[in-house]
Amino acid sequence: MSSSTDRGGSFVSVAHGVAWRNLHNHFSHPMYYIPSLVFPLLFFTAFTGALGALTDLPGFEFEAGYEGFQYVFVLIQSAALGGVFTGLAIARDFETGFARRLLLAAPNRQGIIAGYALAALGRWVFTALIVTGVAFAAGMTIPGGVGVGGLYALALLVNGAGILFASGVAMRMRTVQAGPLMQTPVFLALFLAPVYVPLAVLDGWIETVARLNPFTAFLEAGRGFLVGRPTTVGLAFGLAVALLVLFGWWALRGLRSAESAG
Amino acid sequence: MREFVRQVVVLGRRSIMRTLRQPASIVPSLLFPLMLLAVNTGGLRGATNLEGFPTDSFLDFALGFAFLQGAVFATVNSGTDLARDIQTGFMNRLALTPVRGVALIFGQLAGVAVLALIQAVVFLGAGLAAGASVRAGVSGALVILILSFLVSVAFAGVGALLAVRTGSGEAIQGLFPLVFATLFLSSMNMPRNLIDADWFRVIATINPVSYLIEGIRSLILEGWNVEALALGFGIVFVILVVGIGGAVLALRSRLARV
Repeated sequence: MSSSTDRGGSFVSVAHGVAWRNLHNHFSHPMYYIPSLVFPLLFFTAFTGALGALTDLPGFEFEAGYEGFQYVFVLIQSAALGGVFTGLAIARDFETGFARRLLLAAPNRQGIIAGYALAALGRWVFTALIVTGVAFAAGMTIPGGVGVGGLYALALLVNGAGILFASGVAMRMRTVQAGPLMQTPVFLALFLAPVYVPLAVLDGWIETVARLNPFTAFLEAGRGFLVGRPTTVGLAFGLAVALLVLFGWWALRGLRSAESAG
Repeated sequence: MREFVRQVVVLGRRSIMRTLRQPASIVPSLLFPLMLLAVNTGGLRGATNLEGFPTDSFLDFALGFAFLQGAVFATVNSGTDLARDIQTGFMNRLALTPVRGVALIFGQLAGVAVLALIQAVVFLGAGLAAGASVRAGVSGALVILILSFLVSVAFAGVGALLAVRTGSGEAIQGLFPLVFATLFLSSMNMPRNLIDADWFRVIATINPVSYLIEGIRSLILEGWNVEALALGFGIVFVILVVGIGGAVLALRSRLARV
């Protein structure tokens, strides 16, 4: 009994320590937190500014306007890439030798992954608050009212899947040069979803790919929450949980790989 | 003069070898613009149904942007390489030799120039293979290659200027989002006359990147549009002078002989 309590306590203390350190480092250095802010804000500004005319296309119906349509994409994108950017911090910790000392010192190594995941969550919440403020300032409305909470719950799961995927890569490669391996698949998956127009308006090869892409379900469900017409909710949450489980296993295997590398 | 040329050739050979030996510099700068081109062409195809859109092929419309995106990689690559030379002390050792600042900058840009040529040929080839057509014909395609080459070298000059001023590779990498922002806040995805938001249309109109894209785009969509080409070439020459000239001037203090 006391042994399991100790394990639980050490897990929490390791997770807390790792999360606090990562958040402290992140918010102490503008070169770390500015890129994670710039990209979602840039996409939101550029897409809503340049592409508003797309709402005139036949079949494009969205009550929250193009600002709302893009807000959902940018929020999900910031959640996924927020996790990936935290993976880069893990890789940097391996390069500097900190992560190896952490592996030696931590009484519960699974707490390390949990700590990085908590840090990713904290970093994303900051980004999401700024992006949401900018979206409201740009005139976004939320016809769905409190139902929009579903969007944030979904984004939170995506953030968790993102950090678990990236930490699995970081712990195997243990170098910042693995950055493209973390970013490219996520970036591609994001942009192969219905980013600019609804799925119903897409055609050709991108429609086929988008229908097979889990991010399509996240965007469709998120946009449904925003306007108060929930759609593909079960599929989106099911996929998000499945990705969490899959990448959780991937991250734990990565941790074992890092442990055996010494 | 002969000595100057010799310095440029020696430093240029080093720069070219360094670029060609780094697949991490070449592959992303070819792949990412092509991936974004494919994704945008698929995702924004519907935009061609908007009244007043200049073509019924979004591939034709978007192809010009790939060249500009490749140029952004040129900025970061040249800046990072030069900053690395400063950080590792290579520049300090060069300061002990009679090498001239202009030769050093020209030599450093040789690697980017080779990469820019490869990029231009690959992007145009991929675009044509995917079904794009150049209204201005074969000579127009040649002008596209020349303009995109000049844009890459001009952007690389800006990267060199920033590298000499900051002396930090991390600072150059940190500027990547800013450079990327100048691309997105342009007419890359929509003709300026079809941009609904007034504030964005103003930004896109004062953003020089819009005119670089539109210069290349005009050859693909319209044929020979003298005004678009004059603006494109004019702006690229201004960036060339500011970037390379500024880098040479800034290098004087960096290479100060004591």
